[in-house]
Amino acid sequence: MSWVTKTFSSTLGRKLIMALTGLFLILFLTGHVSGNMLLFKGDGGEAFNIYAKFMTTNPAVKILSYLTYISVIGHVIYSIMLTSKNKSARPIGYAESKASTNSTMASRNMGVLGTIILIFLVVHLQGFWYQMHWGDLPVVEYDGESYKDLFSIVTFAFQNELIVAGYVIAMGFLAFHLSHGFASAFQTLGLNHVKYSPAIAAVGKIYAVVVPILFALMPLYIYFTS
Amino acid sequence: MKLTLKVWRQKNNADKGGFVSYPLDGISTDMSFLEMLDVLNEELTEKGEDPVHFDHDCREGICGMCSLYINGKPHGPQQTTTCQLHMRSFNDGDTITIEPWRAAAFPVVKDLVVDRSAFDRIIQSGGYVSVNTGGVPDANEIPIPKTIADEAFDAATCIGCGACVAACKNASAMLFTSAKISQLAMLPQGKVERKARAEKMIAQMDAEGFGACTNTGACSAECPKGISLTNIARMNREYFSAVLSSENV
Repeated sequence: MSWVTKTFSSTLGRKLIMALTGLFLILFLTGHVSGNMLLFKGDGGEAFNIYAKFMTTNPAVKILSYLTYISVIGHVIYSIMLTSKNKSARPIGYAESKASTNSTMASRNMGVLGTIILIFLVVHLQGFWYQMHWGDLPVVEYDGESYKDLFSIVTFAFQNELIVAGYVIAMGFLAFHLSHGFASAFQTLGLNHVKYSPAIAAVGKIYAVVVPILFALMPLYIYFTS
Repeated sequence: MKLTLKVWRQKNNADKGGFVSYPLDGISTDMSFLEMLDVLNEELTEKGEDPVHFDHDCREGICGMCSLYINGKPHGPQQTTTCQLHMRSFNDGDTITIEPWRAAAFPVVKDLVVDRSAFDRIIQSGGYVSVNTGGVPDANEIPIPKTIADEAFDAATCIGCGACVAACKNASAMLFTSAKISQLAMLPQGKVERKARAEKMIAQMDAEGFGACTNTGACSAECPKGISLTNIARMNREYFSAVLSSENV
């Protein structure tokens, strides 16, 4: 085995991939939540539709979007590999275990939380991302230029209580996943120091609350305003 | 004190094993947990039964030989070694569940005794400083700042009991391995071989079948010596920089 394959088949190498892809997905979430704030603008979706067209046509964004796809796939595949190794490391479990006294619930259930988020992601992509790229969307015109009316699809979907509830609940799972994942990624990268680790932990906790709440407010806002 | 012990009994590694309950009376709150087990074993021996096998040696909390997963926690309810755990940590009438460390890399030998030689093999793979023959070097030949010596010593207080592996949901040995890598990586004598050491010890740790780290922090919370998670971060740095710069292609 070459040193590269040896590194990425070691537990630490695989953890490194989890951390790097996880951090990239955190960057993606930051961009995603910022752009989608345009849903709150109340302009009938003009700004949102212009933004959606930019995000699907700009070459620089295209590169970022491919990196995002790779990160999602990498994060999932390496988590499966690590989880299977972790499970086989303890074939017989304990009859009695007080894990809640030494670690947080989220940290012990990252795989379960991640699986739920993945299921949500598939449904979410089918509903909006697929429609934007290959779906038959209505077209609107702003200043003589035509745009796909993604906003109409979004507002239509969020008239449905079940979809709104599903989105809000999924954001709850995302919050728990981030509450551990954010700081954990830095620890895996070896970035643990008295100078900045408390700041990373604090930012991680705030991020894990603020971003999912902003996302959850979007379907709620649309449901209650239109 | 009157207690009910629910003890894991297993004849050998091939045996399936199971819990056996033993009522125990007349236990003093001043006894250590191991002394309480000694009382049980005396009773069992008198009755002609096979005593419960468990690991122990110094009984002073410094050798790392005692183990036991007591009531859902390694070394029981206090953050100390089982030999330093006293019966005053329990209440009269309690039922105490005692299990062996559970990890594929720590096979059960008999009852509560597990084979921890996987740790020895991790140390053998690189957890040392090579000493070549020659005159005995002066103890203070290389000055080491107190802060660094203290930090290295903190890592070196790891007694290799395996509570970290027992506590970890992934049965990961990263806290142990990182402490052993750290205690040498911080000192000038250990820095010479740091790259090969990180690569070899982590390869051995993986080969032994320990799991990966999820950074839950359970290992450090349960460690009788309070080994810090900063060691795991340091091990990661050591490893990542080693794979990028070592001669091992």
